[in-house]
Amino acid sequence: MPRWPKPAEDSWTEHYPELGTGTISFGDSTSPEFYELERDAIFKKAWLNVGRVEDLPRKGSYFTKEIQIANASVVVVRGMDDEVRAFHNICRHRGNKLVWDEFPREESRGFCRQFTCKYHGWRYDLEGNCTFVQQEGEFFDLDKADYGLAPVHCDVWNGFVFVNLDREPSQSVREFLGPMITALDEYPFHEMSERYDFAADNNSNWKVFADAFQEYYHVPALHPQQTPVAVRKPDMGVECAHFQIDGPHRLTTTGGVRRWNLPQEYMYPVEIATRSGLLGPWDAPDIEPLPAGLNPGGVEPWGITNFQIFPNLEILIYGNWYLVYRYWPTSSNTHHFEAYLAFPPARNVRERVEHECAAVMFKEFALQDAGMLGGTQAALETGVVDEFPLNDQEILVRHFHKTVADWVGAA
Amino acid sequence: MARYPKPPEGSWTEHFGLDTAPVSYADSVSPEYYERERQAIFRRAWLNVGRVEQLPRKGSYFTKELAVVNTSVVVVRGMDGEIRAFHNVCRHRGNKLVWNEAPEEETQGFCRQFTCKYHAWRYGLDGSLTFIQQEGEFFDVDKDQFGLVAVHCEIWAGFIFVNVAREPEQSLRDFLGPMITALECYPFDQMTSRFGYRTEVKANWKLFMDAFAEFYHAPVLHSKQSPDKYSAAAREAGYEAPHYQVDGPHRLVSTSGVRFWEMDPSSLKPMENLTRGGLFGPWDKPDLGELPAGVNPGKCNPWGLDSFQLFPNFVILIWGQGWYLTYHYWPTSYNTHIFEGNVYFTPATNVRERIAQEMSAVTFKEFALQDANTLEATQLMLESGYVERFPLNDQEVLLRHLHKVVADWVNEPAGVPA
Amino acid sequence: MSPLLPPEFADLEPYAGQWCLATEAERFERRMASDMDEMGAFYAAFSPRLEEAIEFCDKYPLDELPDDVAHPLQLIHSLVMVSMAVEVFHQPKIVDAADAVLLRVREPRP
Repeated sequence: MPRWPKPAEDSWTEHYPELGTGTISFGDSTSPEFYELERDAIFKKAWLNVGRVEDLPRKGSYFTKEIQIANASVVVVRGMDDEVRAFHNICRHRGNKLVWDEFPREESRGFCRQFTCKYHGWRYDLEGNCTFVQQEGEFFDLDKADYGLAPVHCDVWNGFVFVNLDREPSQSVREFLGPMITALDEYPFHEMSERYDFAADNNSNWKVFADAFQEYYHVPALHPQQTPVAVRKPDMGVECAHFQIDGPHRLTTTGGVRRWNLPQEYMYPVEIATRSGLLGPWDAPDIEPLPAGLNPGGVEPWGITNFQIFPNLEILIYGNWYLVYRYWPTSSNTHHFEAYLAFPPARNVRERVEHECAAVMFKEFALQDAGMLGGTQAALETGVVDEFPLNDQEILVRHFHKTVADWVGAA
Repeated sequence: MARYPKPPEGSWTEHFGLDTAPVSYADSVSPEYYERERQAIFRRAWLNVGRVEQLPRKGSYFTKELAVVNTSVVVVRGMDGEIRAFHNVCRHRGNKLVWNEAPEEETQGFCRQFTCKYHAWRYGLDGSLTFIQQEGEFFDVDKDQFGLVAVHCEIWAGFIFVNVAREPEQSLRDFLGPMITALECYPFDQMTSRFGYRTEVKANWKLFMDAFAEFYHAPVLHSKQSPDKYSAAAREAGYEAPHYQVDGPHRLVSTSGVRFWEMDPSSLKPMENLTRGGLFGPWDKPDLGELPAGVNPGKCNPWGLDSFQLFPNFVILIWGQGWYLTYHYWPTSYNTHIFEGNVYFTPATNVRERIAQEMSAVTFKEFALQDANTLEATQLMLESGYVERFPLNDQEVLLRHLHKVVADWVNEPAGVPA
Repeated sequence: MSPLLPPEFADLEPYAGQWCLATEAERFERRMASDMDEMGAFYAAFSPRLEEAIEFCDKYPLDELPDDVAHPLQLIHSLVMVSMAVEVFHQPKIVDAADAVLLRVREPRP
């Protein structure tokens, strides 16, 4: 008897009939050919989140982003006019990489008044105009106005900086995100400026890793240690209270008693001592009022909502803090993973310790996912089994792979 | 205001009849184009694989892996003193004939014959098949028919060249042409003290050649190699070459010299003052006698260096300070190649001279690493295709020339382009 | 060598050298390199005093912690790290993490 009511169709999956209920293949996550198809069909078409405006705190702030699957390196910069722009990180002279520190393949960040190519000293202002060419007289009819940095479409939604590598994106960012996501317009992400950032290079296809974060069915099995031994129940299941799909994006909401309102034996001593833990600080003030977009299913009591924004972005909102995951494919069986936790800045040591406890516990369990998924990838690649059944709690996995297939098929 | 006079046409580029419009680098990011280069260029041109000093005696040999033409060659000085080259393949069942511990690695040494490790067939140093194990087991095998497959091999000024065409379209001398053969009497054979560098570069071979074919980059890319005072002045001045020259598929740039020993010591690195050596070589020049007219053909004074770029992939750079170096770029794929840099001096007669040479060789590597550093990233950026046209200035004329000659050879179905 | 911890926590000084570490990367590595006895001893000595340590640190503004207050905070961070081993996994390594690596590349200081 499920705890949370299912829709009229008796399952979330059947509530979205286009999803089907059959087995799926994970061929899209083991095939090098499919990886190549994802490049043009997805990563050079969709809006991709590369950072937040807080990563560009002042005029002249910049950061670079390596988007290996798109063969792109993008520099994102806040100009002297305060506008955020993005450019291909390529000097217009002979194609040298423009912005980098010690190692050209690594991302860099900082601030500057102009970009100078290390090779022949060509200079560009922060709006991308070519402003200086060494020994300009040696060139032939060179008009610097023709040699500005190649622009990349760039737009900001609620502080999230998105780029689009398409020559002419078919949708604006808002249109791409759609109503379910833009219902978060009022969520004050910008107030959560205390960040704990993580990075990893994982031995799994980006989608195999993303799947682990869009279902909680695995939690009792893979992360039993989230519950102290004394109260761990065998065959403990997990049910999400609400699932919702909107275009290529999807979300799930959990509900029920907040962890810290459970009896003490449901928490570890360190959680009780710091009044924090995997789900974050106990006592931080709630956001009031909660934007309606945060709990579209009207789940009472509300737990968390996990927003999956196609193709490779997750925003998980805990209430008064949030986390972000991004998965950047680097081959058919590897990807670069980025994550961060964002809190309102700690006002004192107690709050700092609360945040530290949440950040530490996050990493412990994320490593369990990563550790296991390398094995998942290896086993998938044997190709011995190619039909896999998904249950109703795994609806978002189903929707994700279907969306990927739709985009690749349409290209 | 240019520091050095331009030719009457107004620019070196126009003087050599080259187009001045921005170029494409499609030739450096395409696997298909690379395949065409392998056939149209590397299977037709003369390729320098070494020098006679690497074969000091009868029986000396070395092997060279030439992935670009899908072969390995063994170059050997026979008992008659002659140097020959052969495909490094046993005629029995195709085993690689000459190798040491790892078959994919080059090797060298000396021997009286070549013996195949597989079934012990033996070949003389002239390539003739001299011994077949259990010859009676074969059927009408005439050893004369099964000698090593020869590779055309000719020598110029001590440089050993091979040509894998069945019949080379030109002799080596004709291929080199007057601008290069005018260097004949340069005392390469006296400069036997060699420092060799080698690495794999993850970029198309032509892009790295381009990096060494212009010095427009020098005041910027290499500015941190010199004290600020020198670098600032160099940057302010920019770079101009006093002389460029083109002859057939080959090209040359000469630069003017810097009299380091006359400079204010604060413009130099302390170690340069101490060792009396640096990028331009040892300050104390050996006496090489009169240099052939082919050196410094532009009569630059003071003269720094001549960089002769021999098509397709070989550079001989002769320094005014009495030493020379060579570069080779051996393509291994459309976006990788093996780079070899060799620096040659006359043998040091004492420790002081040896140290000056060491300083020069070490400095060479520092500069080369800066040139190489972003090359991988450049290759990736070019392959992305987000930018497709690139403006070249007059100081980059030799880049234009290389890419044009490559295109001419690739587009020419047969016969060497004029 | 002068003590890392203020007099109020002098009895924890034996653990200070090992566990007053400024970054998560160092604390994670130290945990992986320690055995359960070492971590157990530190945990037993410090966890009863965690609340006291927080209150002590909070006598000072967070962005202007003097050195001998920053060190107790580092010790607290280390206690949180060590608790994962002592309370949750009962071993230094994370169960089922295999060879996965996840680097914390940015954090507030202190």
